[in-house]
Amino acid sequence: MFTEETLKQDYEGREVWEENVTKIIAQNPERKERFSTVSDLEIKRIYTPRDIKDLDFKRDIGYPGVFPFTRGCQHTMYRGRPWTMRMFSGLGTAEDTNRRWHLLLKEGQTGLSTAFDFPTLMGYDTDSPRALGECGKGGVAIDTLRDFEILTDGISMDRVTTSMTINPPAAILWAMYLVLAQRRGISWKRIGGTIQNDMLKEFIAQKTLMCPPEPSVRLISDTIEFGTKHVPRWNTVSISGYHIREAGSTAVQELAFTLADGIAYVKDVIERKKLPVDSFAPRLSFFFNSHLDFFEEIAKFRAARRMWAKIMRDRFKAENPRSWWMRFHTQTAGCSLTAQQLFNNIIRTTTEALAAVLGGTQSLHTNSLDETLALPSEFAVTIALRTQQILADEIGVANTIDPLAGSYFVESLTNQLEELAWEYINKIDDMGGMLVAIDKGFPQLEIANAAYRYQRQVDTCQKVMVGVNKYATEEKVPCELLKIDERVQEQQLRRLKEVKRSRDNKKVAQTLKDLRAASKTDKNLMPYVIEAVKEYATEQEICDVWRDVWGEYRETGIF
Amino acid sequence: MSSARKIRVLVAKPGLNGHDRGIKVVARAYRDAGFEVIYTGLHQTPEQIVQAALQEDVDVVGLSCLSGAHMYLLKRVVDLLKGARAEEIVVIAGGIISEEDIPELKRAGIREVFLPGTPLDRIVDWTTKNVKRAVKE
Repeated sequence: MFTEETLKQDYEGREVWEENVTKIIAQNPERKERFSTVSDLEIKRIYTPRDIKDLDFKRDIGYPGVFPFTRGCQHTMYRGRPWTMRMFSGLGTAEDTNRRWHLLLKEGQTGLSTAFDFPTLMGYDTDSPRALGECGKGGVAIDTLRDFEILTDGISMDRVTTSMTINPPAAILWAMYLVLAQRRGISWKRIGGTIQNDMLKEFIAQKTLMCPPEPSVRLISDTIEFGTKHVPRWNTVSISGYHIREAGSTAVQELAFTLADGIAYVKDVIERKKLPVDSFAPRLSFFFNSHLDFFEEIAKFRAARRMWAKIMRDRFKAENPRSWWMRFHTQTAGCSLTAQQLFNNIIRTTTEALAAVLGGTQSLHTNSLDETLALPSEFAVTIALRTQQILADEIGVANTIDPLAGSYFVESLTNQLEELAWEYINKIDDMGGMLVAIDKGFPQLEIANAAYRYQRQVDTCQKVMVGVNKYATEEKVPCELLKIDERVQEQQLRRLKEVKRSRDNKKVAQTLKDLRAASKTDKNLMPYVIEAVKEYATEQEICDVWRDVWGEYRETGIF
Repeated sequence: MSSARKIRVLVAKPGLNGHDRGIKVVARAYRDAGFEVIYTGLHQTPEQIVQAALQEDVDVVGLSCLSGAHMYLLKRVVDLLKGARAEEIVVIAGGIISEEDIPELKRAGIREVFLPGTPLDRIVDWTTKNVKRAVKE
């Protein structure tokens, strides 16, 4: 990428500079012996042309919208359209969440994103003994289509896209959305959104678990096939690294395990459904974390796009350029926030959001300052949304595409992350793929090791947490936290009872029977789920069919 | 003689919340410090946790809860241990627990609550100081 002359100047200049540095350090040592990212990747004192001398502009950097998409998927990126401001949101009952959604839309968010409570995430109804104490606490409680009607009240499904963070029961929540769209006269060809629907990362990191890996992946392939045929604008999976990172992985592990999961899904759809790769690949989407180390994250996003493009074109022989695109949503790192000195979190979220923007994300959620202690208050979530708006409209970072391209540091780091991630992917391939790797506990143990190493570094102050192990103070700045009313559970129980009483229970039983029979075959289960949901079968009633037919998964706690 | 015996700790995740980064890191810290550590795994009911605690004859039960359901879940574990006449088992907790909830939890029988940002050594040291491996006759 550089002329012989430039490289000569670099080599010569560096020698002189390094000599001077050595002299200076002898008198004034650097602050630390080793400078590293939050993932513990060592960072050098300086980067110069020779660090990227083997880069080929066309092959490795190029243009946005052109293979390998290092600079972005689309030709015009944010000059065409800013990233979607999509705040992950859910609390209490469907009414409570609907209210919050309308507030966020009014304040300028441009996409919806649903946070469900733990019973809903785990496929239990509010009236399950396992749901005691949990209703509405971590997100919105959804038991039946009735709750979903209320949740989406006043939401124009043909004008806004909705993401749903849901995994084992993803098909069910998607069915609710589809049924409502149909009822509201909106064609499935026009609705857009995302279901997370990524079970592999559940086994690895997020742990909302229900059935074993094989049937879980089958169900995902069913949804991908259904979406390909009937709901063309829907992203039926959001292949996620966010949670892998939150569980304590390094940036390289987040990148590698996410891509390896993606490889596993593509393989499964091709083998199980015999669909040509170009028929479904354009609707695969991704979800990454944006963590503390500013440049490591930007490099990670760029490496991710470049790697996926190569995987789709070269490994899976996709021919449609849209199959090579890696479109992703990003969330700023929850695990980087502190419970102490809450207002510091605004700064962390801001720089993390900025990294995501400089990394070319399609969609962004910014955490609220109080989320280490509670679900976001209106005050806190508004600041989080404004953060994005200020980045988009005031700072100038969206004026040009991939502004950091060509930086010796950023390009070098992008290469480095890509190289290290390929090592992991090759290792997983050698094991026999991600499902085998998960069965062996490989990614889980890598993550546990990384998490422990990081914690030790924090405890010994090698890694700083401002307000926690440095600049800590006894003083507390008051901050009013959101509390979920205990009456939410009562309310939800009453509604659920009423739904169960007033629905046609014979029809419900029939749909569940049909679902059970189909689940024992390799038929696509989406139509059966849709029928059950239409009759107001509860989420748990449907999940219980699967628990019964496929078995329940019990993980061995590796630490 | 009792000081030579390793303290047995059961670390557990009650309820449906599956975030296990914290509990795993604590489990390792205990193991590195020479304790016997048993990890129940995820999604345990209070009943399952108490059963495991009794079966494994532990001295301490450490509960991690990040979903906001701690008031119900943690108190239930303590109540069940009381019911099984196993009150000598020390119950401690951590997770997303607001400071204003701590007094009520302590009144219910949770001996200590470790909030986010607590160094691992503090948890281990507290356990060493406050828990004695019971000598069984």
